[in-house]
Amino acid sequence: MSLHEQLALVLAPYRGEKGATIPALQAVQKALGYLPEEAISETAKSLCLSENEIYGVATFYAHFRFEKEGEHMVRICSGTACHVRGSPRIVETLEEKLGIHSGETTKDHKFSLERIACFGSCALAPVMVVDKTIYGRMTTTKARQILDEYQDTK
Amino acid sequence: MDKIKITIDNKPITGRAGMTVLEAAKMAGIYIPTLCYHPALTPFGACRLCITEIEGMRGFPTSCTTPVNDGMVIKTNTPQLQELRRGILELTITDHPYSCITCPTNGRCELQKVAANIGMKEITLPYIYKKRPTYRNDPFFDRDYNMCILCGRCVRICHEVRGATAITFTQRGIKTVIGTAFGRPLQESGCQFCGACVDACPTGALTERAREWAGLADRDVVTTCPYCGVGCQLSLQLKKNRIIEVLPHEKNEVNRGQVCVKGRFGITEFVYHPQRLTTPLIKRNGKLTEASWDEALNLVTSRLANYHKDEVAIIASAKCTNEENYVTQKFGRAVLGTNNIDHCARLCHSPTVAGLARVFGSGAMTNSIHDIGEAACILIIGTNTSESHPVTALEVLKAVRRGAKLIIINPREIELVRFADLWLRPRLGTDVPLLMGMARTIVDENLMDQAFITERCENFDAFKKSLQNFTLDTVTQITGVPKDKISEAAHIYATNKPASLLFAMGITQHSHGTDNVLAIANLAMLTGNIGSPGSGVNPLRGQNNVQGACDMGSLPNVFPGYQQTTNETVRQKFEAAWDVSLNPTQGLTLTEIFDAAHHKRIKAIHLIGENPILSDPDANHVRKALETLEFLVVQDIFLSETARLADVVLPSASFVERDGTFTNTERRVQRVRKVIEPIGASRPDWWIICQIARGMGGKGFDFENPSQIMDEIAHLTPIYGGINYRRLQKGGLQWPCPTPDHLGTPILHTQLFTRGKGRFTPLQYRPSAELPDKTYPLVLTTGRRLFHFHTGTMTRKVKGLNTLLNEGLVEINPIDADALGIVDGDILKVISRRGEVPAKARVTEWSPAGVVYMDFHFAESSTNILTNTALDLVAKIPELKACAVRIEKSHHR
Repeated sequence: MSLHEQLALVLAPYRGEKGATIPALQAVQKALGYLPEEAISETAKSLCLSENEIYGVATFYAHFRFEKEGEHMVRICSGTACHVRGSPRIVETLEEKLGIHSGETTKDHKFSLERIACFGSCALAPVMVVDKTIYGRMTTTKARQILDEYQDTK
Repeated sequence: MDKIKITIDNKPITGRAGMTVLEAAKMAGIYIPTLCYHPALTPFGACRLCITEIEGMRGFPTSCTTPVNDGMVIKTNTPQLQELRRGILELTITDHPYSCITCPTNGRCELQKVAANIGMKEITLPYIYKKRPTYRNDPFFDRDYNMCILCGRCVRICHEVRGATAITFTQRGIKTVIGTAFGRPLQESGCQFCGACVDACPTGALTERAREWAGLADRDVVTTCPYCGVGCQLSLQLKKNRIIEVLPHEKNEVNRGQVCVKGRFGITEFVYHPQRLTTPLIKRNGKLTEASWDEALNLVTSRLANYHKDEVAIIASAKCTNEENYVTQKFGRAVLGTNNIDHCARLCHSPTVAGLARVFGSGAMTNSIHDIGEAACILIIGTNTSESHPVTALEVLKAVRRGAKLIIINPREIELVRFADLWLRPRLGTDVPLLMGMARTIVDENLMDQAFITERCENFDAFKKSLQNFTLDTVTQITGVPKDKISEAAHIYATNKPASLLFAMGITQHSHGTDNVLAIANLAMLTGNIGSPGSGVNPLRGQNNVQGACDMGSLPNVFPGYQQTTNETVRQKFEAAWDVSLNPTQGLTLTEIFDAAHHKRIKAIHLIGENPILSDPDANHVRKALETLEFLVVQDIFLSETARLADVVLPSASFVERDGTFTNTERRVQRVRKVIEPIGASRPDWWIICQIARGMGGKGFDFENPSQIMDEIAHLTPIYGGINYRRLQKGGLQWPCPTPDHLGTPILHTQLFTRGKGRFTPLQYRPSAELPDKTYPLVLTTGRRLFHFHTGTMTRKVKGLNTLLNEGLVEINPIDADALGIVDGDILKVISRRGEVPAKARVTEWSPAGVVYMDFHFAESSTNILTNTALDLVAKIPELKACAVRIEKSHHR
């Protein structure tokens, strides 16, 4: 199925609906994992809005992404507890290791790096979450090692 | 309206229910600082500067979002409020560069004014440079988002008023910046370049590039836009007698602070263009050479005097003022002795004038532009309103926002389709059956306005009988529109009152153009949609003064005010006034004039400000006709394609170099004001005509100024009877305005139709004259684009407009393109029975399969070489909107 056909299918329930921008974008992101340019333009057409309007809404919410997510999503908690326990240095280390800024994805689409607000596991601070696995009491060394493991296992 | 008594700063004020505190204060002349407020926009409450103290209310309500209530006691200027405002403003200014003296908006900046009022003593927070993007590559204006204070006025005007939604807030929080999807250039974002955002911007974030360093204007003059028939009022900004900027005028009934790209950015450049004609030219040895006015005028008068009255014709101009058209037709009738006078109205709304005059008694727009915004339903047929009449389209959007139903009938997917409740896409040239099908549904399902039909109309039974031929099955078969859609359209139109009906060239430029107009009139009468606010039959006229040129009698059959030349009493009146005997025979129409020239029956033409080589159908035929003439005089501001063929070219002054009036599409007579001296030796057209008329012994051409001409017009033209320059000083007047104390007529046919009763007309379906066949399998339809006007004589002189569009495109559906192996950007040959032209392909679904679309702005792709001269029998309009063509790929250009 081409991207065009896939979008048509996902957007069908929202066609011509008023006030459906966010649900439509959520549906598209769920199906594609992100919002490519074509998704914005097809969503705009379906809702009889301009691409600019859709883009404005999509960029407002942190939830929407414009790049394909990496194979592994690495999240570093930047909540108060993690912050005082040194999470900024972990972010710096991983940014350097992966060669990207937080919020970006590596060129080989292996890793995406994100900073999140509070994960709610302050007792384990500083916390790193890779996909659905939680790693507590992180240090820069441990964080590097963990990513190496993900790098090696396909 | 409910009156509400309030007190602001101890001053008792009477407001109206629904007003905000800010509006009441403004009305009373009390200043409250604002940045995000704009009178055209819904309240936003973002800048927080308009805070007030209101007794009995907690906190500091923003006056822009607080409605007035009876007995409210409001304070706007307490020390505490000013202290709060200083704090808020400090936050705004912290990341706005305060190097005002190097800012192009210095002196015009609202942030400066607000800061001065609040009295910023010091800025304690450190200045932050935002490193926001700046964009300087789009035409006409620059965007520097470091100057932006995020008041959102640009975004809101683009969304709420213009409907373009080309810009928006992107990102969030401290990263928020105004932009387009994916940071694309404005040219790819759907921007119309109307400049509304620039006008709305309170700071130097958005600035018009051409005026950036021109400083402050020292005076401004209000005048009427010279482009389309909407008649927008412009405020020309002058510095040392040079126009530095053209702004939309706020306080008027037509455009209310809005204007389109051509009026906003497309004027100064053509006015001061180096190619303006600055001296008369005479053809010597086949070459146009400079001459003096005496030489040129002597030549014209001596040559024109040699011809018999049946051998000469005048082609007048819908670009010229009423006064100029009046003296032109007077010159033709009283001096040359001929009624061979016509102009481009023949090619646009002659079926409207002929059709509506027959069934209503008056051929003009029944309602006003502003009235469209009040409609509960709008039916738009045969007009691409947002490209051809951009400011009228804003009223449509306003109505839609208020909940009005919008029905579009157009084979092409026009911009307004995005806002429509229903879009019918009939085959080209099948409007009569479609409208009759709608009428039949309305009659069959008893949705008509029986009382209106009985009391105000006649001939209904004959019309009802003619509906028999239009069953929905037949109509669907002819038009290609599904039955349920026809029925739905009929329901929407008949049950949402008042319903306004807009139409333009898509209806009239057919060999059955008059029938199309009559079908529209039938539908409006059937549902009682005539004579009340928000209803009506509204032809949108194309040229700035095409309404006025018709009103002034630049037509072969009528004197000014549609008084028939064949009517004995009328003729005697004009004979007495002009002190001559007048020719009773009806003259030739525009299309007939070129035919007669071809056959050497017409030997001399005096042509003013038109460019028929590009604008008239079968352009090769027109060119040959003009070349066959013995003598051709052309008055124009530029050496147009047609002027190049002339024996004498007389340089005209442009609209900013002469006084006069234009009558817009809604019959509103508005002033055109002289703001600068004529460029070079150019002269106003009325002066030129009067010189020639006097040179040929004409009497009654001793006018000193156009105001005197208007007085003569008022004297002889009942519908203009009450119009004079003193009254127009206060604003436009809509005819009929018969006496000096008459306030003008915004809506026609309110009590009675002008002719008494509205007449229903039975109709038959007649297909277009030239249908596609094996050799010419596609249908070509034509129109205008937003960024250019007509044959481009003015707009193609404007650099920015050329950046936006600089070549003729042929729009073709992907299905047809695939079949012919055409991709976007290919150079094509479009071939009809009359000729061929090159044009670049634009593959788009805007065009339905089987139909190609071209504009006629570009001489290099002169579309009218292809179009058909088949005429409507009543109005003599040629079928510009449909002819058969074939397309080939071109291998060279």
